[in-house]
Order: sequence, then structure tokens, then C-alpha cells
Amino acid sequence: MTTQTKRPDGRKPDELRKIIAKVGVIPNADGSALFAFGKTLAIAAVYGPRQLHPQHMQNPSAGILRCNYDLLSFSVAERKKPGPNRRSSEISKAIQWALEPALYLDSFPNQVVDVQVYILQADAGTRTAAINASSMALAHAGIPMKDLVCSLAVGKIDKTIIADLTKEEEDFKEGEGATDFAMAKLANHNQFTLMQMDGKISPAQVKEALELTEGLTKEIFEAQKKALKDLIEEQGDEK
Amino acid sequence: MNDEITKASEASSDDFSSDAKRKIVVPGEIIISGEDFLPGEGTRREENNIVASKFGLAEEAGRVVKIIPIFGAFVPRRNNVVIGRVTDITHAGWLIDIDSASSGFLPIEESPRFINRNEMDQYLAIGDVISAKIWTVKNKGIDLTIKGKGLGKLDDGFIFRIIPSRVPRVIGREGSMVNLIKERTGCSITVGQNGWIWIRGHSLEAEIKARKAVEIVADKVHVNGLTEKVESWFEENE
Repeated sequence: MTTQTKRPDGRKPDELRKIIAKVGVIPNADGSALFAFGKTLAIAAVYGPRQLHPQHMQNPSAGILRCNYDLLSFSVAERKKPGPNRRSSEISKAIQWALEPALYLDSFPNQVVDVQVYILQADAGTRTAAINASSMALAHAGIPMKDLVCSLAVGKIDKTIIADLTKEEEDFKEGEGATDFAMAKLANHNQFTLMQMDGKISPAQVKEALELTEGLTKEIFEAQKKALKDLIEEQGDEK
Repeated sequence: MNDEITKASEASSDDFSSDAKRKIVVPGEIIISGEDFLPGEGTRREENNIVASKFGLAEEAGRVVKIIPIFGAFVPRRNNVVIGRVTDITHAGWLIDIDSASSGFLPIEESPRFINRNEMDQYLAIGDVISAKIWTVKNKGIDLTIKGKGLGKLDDGFIFRIIPSRVPRVIGREGSMVNLIKERTGCSITVGQNGWIWIRGHSLEAEIKARKAVEIVADKVHVNGLTEKVESWFEENE
């Protein structure tokens, strides 16, 4: 790996953007969290467990998870037409599948846990920020979980593996072009729950990318853990 | 009513044992390693470790390690006393909103006296607030009863909400906390397990004071010796 590649924002190849993590941002939700990778900012709200309607979706043996991802119209440079579209439906499903393995929903038959994620500002890696925010919000809502889910995008511009791409890097056209490889992993288990890729990459470099992700998810987990613990410590303090 | 509260709080943790070691844990975090411990509520065993399944405070009570949740929606259980609001009247009873996943139903037979089916709203009208006990929790819904001491329609006063998982703290060990607040303010207080609290006092000031005291208790999540703190708060604000 050529470590001397200059990235547009001056980061090292394996360096994440600045992370902001905060829990308890929406008082009316049962659980909520905010997560930001640099300029990408996601806010997640969890409602439930609550009764599921329509009834035909109910599962009598376990609760279900329902995610909705929404890229707000002002979050991108060119105004996006509001409302669901093909892309957001796909990402909603991907988020749902990334989070499901981390949850224990057996004790909530016929019920649903709703996760609502809004992207307030988009600068690539919105689905990964959404997963990180949702995972914190689910923990905040008191849902039994196997683990927190940490997610990030690893990519490749030309021949160099880099972490946490920005939009500018994603649009890189020279040489081999850009590859965007979004992943989610259970923080303390060796289990990946999301793998999506755009572009091309050699098998050897996939290995390299996975190793990089493994190291960086620890950093994300620490940020999530700190945000959750800060919330209790704040409330315990004398006012 | 006090009997009910006592029963409800026995199952919950108490704030006041100073020897209990507490730490904040997130899901997936190892609480303790070794074969000597047993996983309690909110935890599980993974190989040699006791691992957290919930976000909350981990506590070792003897050999059992459990998690006291501090956030989360209300999960109804049998015999819970809850406070609810009448949302609809059907031919068989009243529909009660108890702020949980499924709504509660109070059958007409479960009221302590005879009620004319044509004049059900004379007894409980839409919008009335009641304290009730959960009789059964089934897939179809929750059945309530108001047969029992201290249950029934709540007149006057006001209700407000706290986070349901903080209710055991507000009640305290064998009702000590809520009794302290009742004594100091002279208010009648009913604490529902669903986090709704009803207060009625002789004056508005007393009611507001009682509400403030309850909110202080609900806010201070991991403070030891909370009863003394509340007592000194009352002295300061005499």
C-alpha cells in the first residue's frame, strides 16, 4: 500500500473523518441517536416495541424490525425530490438486514420495532452512518441486543485502499477509478452483517479492506459506547 | 394501594444497598469473566464471560449478574398496577390507553358495582383516568380490572409521565420513596408501572412540589442513598 497518497482533505489512507456521536436527541422517541462522519450526518429514532399494523405482517413467534431510511431533500447539493424512491427503499432494507442479526426480538411476538433514519447532510457513506446511529438508538430504546453494530465504508481510489470515502473521492475517475465497499460488523463478534460494493477490487485487496475495517470498527464502537455512557453520567450528575 | 406498590417493588432492585457494585454497560460488552457468576436478567453467557444484552447498569447481586434497564418502553406484566385513560366505550367494556404496545381492555364485569349497559359513560366516560390492575396479558391484548383497594377512577389531581423503567426507583424499597414524598407533601400519589403518575394534593404548591420530587428521583439514575438526598432536598425547599 502506498501510504503517501494525498487525500483531498489531508487524511491518512486509514484515517476516519471526525466522528460525532450523541444519544437521546429526540425526546418523543423511545430511543434516538445522532451519528456523523465528517459532513455526513444521520439521525435515528426508534419506536417500540409496539403493536404491528397491518396485521398480516405480524409474526407470532418473534417481533420484527422495520427500518426506513430517508435522504432529506436539502441534504445534497442538488435538491432531491422528497419521498421514497428506489434507492432509499434498497438502503432501508440493507439497514434492516444489517441490524437484525444483532437483535433479540423473540420476547416481542406480534410486535414491531420501528427505526426511522434521516440523513440531514450527505457526503458519501450515508448508509454506514445510518447503521451506526440506528444501532445506538436501539440500545437507547432498551431493546435486547447481542452486540452493537459498527459500520463503515472502505474503498479504493486507483490502487490505494482508503477508509471512509467522501463524495469527492467516490467520484474519482482516473486510473482504476473509485471503489466503494460498505460494511457493517458486530462490534465484539467476528460477524459481518452488511457487505455492499460498487466498483472493482482484487481478492487480495478485499482481504486488506476487511482487515482495515476490523481495526476501524473498534474506533467506531468506542465512540458509540462513549456516547451511550455519557448520557447516563450526565443524568446522574448533580444539577 | 400500598400493598400493591410493595409487591411491585419487591421484584425490582433497590437503590440503597451501598455495597452493590454498579457500572454502565452497552450491549455486547463483557461484564465479568469467570465461571463463578450466573447470568441474570438482561445478560447472557458467552463461553467464559457474562455479556450484556441491554444498555443499562450492571449489578452483581451475590453470584447473579443482572442489568437494571434505565430506558425503554413499558412491557406489561400480570398484576402490574397501571394508570390509563379511557379511549372508547364498547358494548362489553372500556378501551383503555395504558401507553404500551397494545391497549388495555376493561370488561364491564370487572367493575366493582353493577353498571347499566346503556349508561356506561355515567361510570367511566371517554377521557377519564383510572388506575387499574393488569389481569391477563394475551396476544390479543391486555385485560384490566378495577376490583381492588385503591383502584378505580381517579378524580381531580393531574397525571404526568416518567420513563417506565424508572418506576421502581420512584417507589423505592417497599414503597419507602413514594411514602416519603406523600408524607412530606401531604399529596395522594399513585404510581403506575407504565410510568404514569397521578398526584392530588390539598394545594397546587404541594402538588408541584410532589411532582418535582418525583422527577428528581427519576432523573438521578445511578445515585446511591437517594432517600437521604430527597429528604435533604425537602429540607432545603421547606
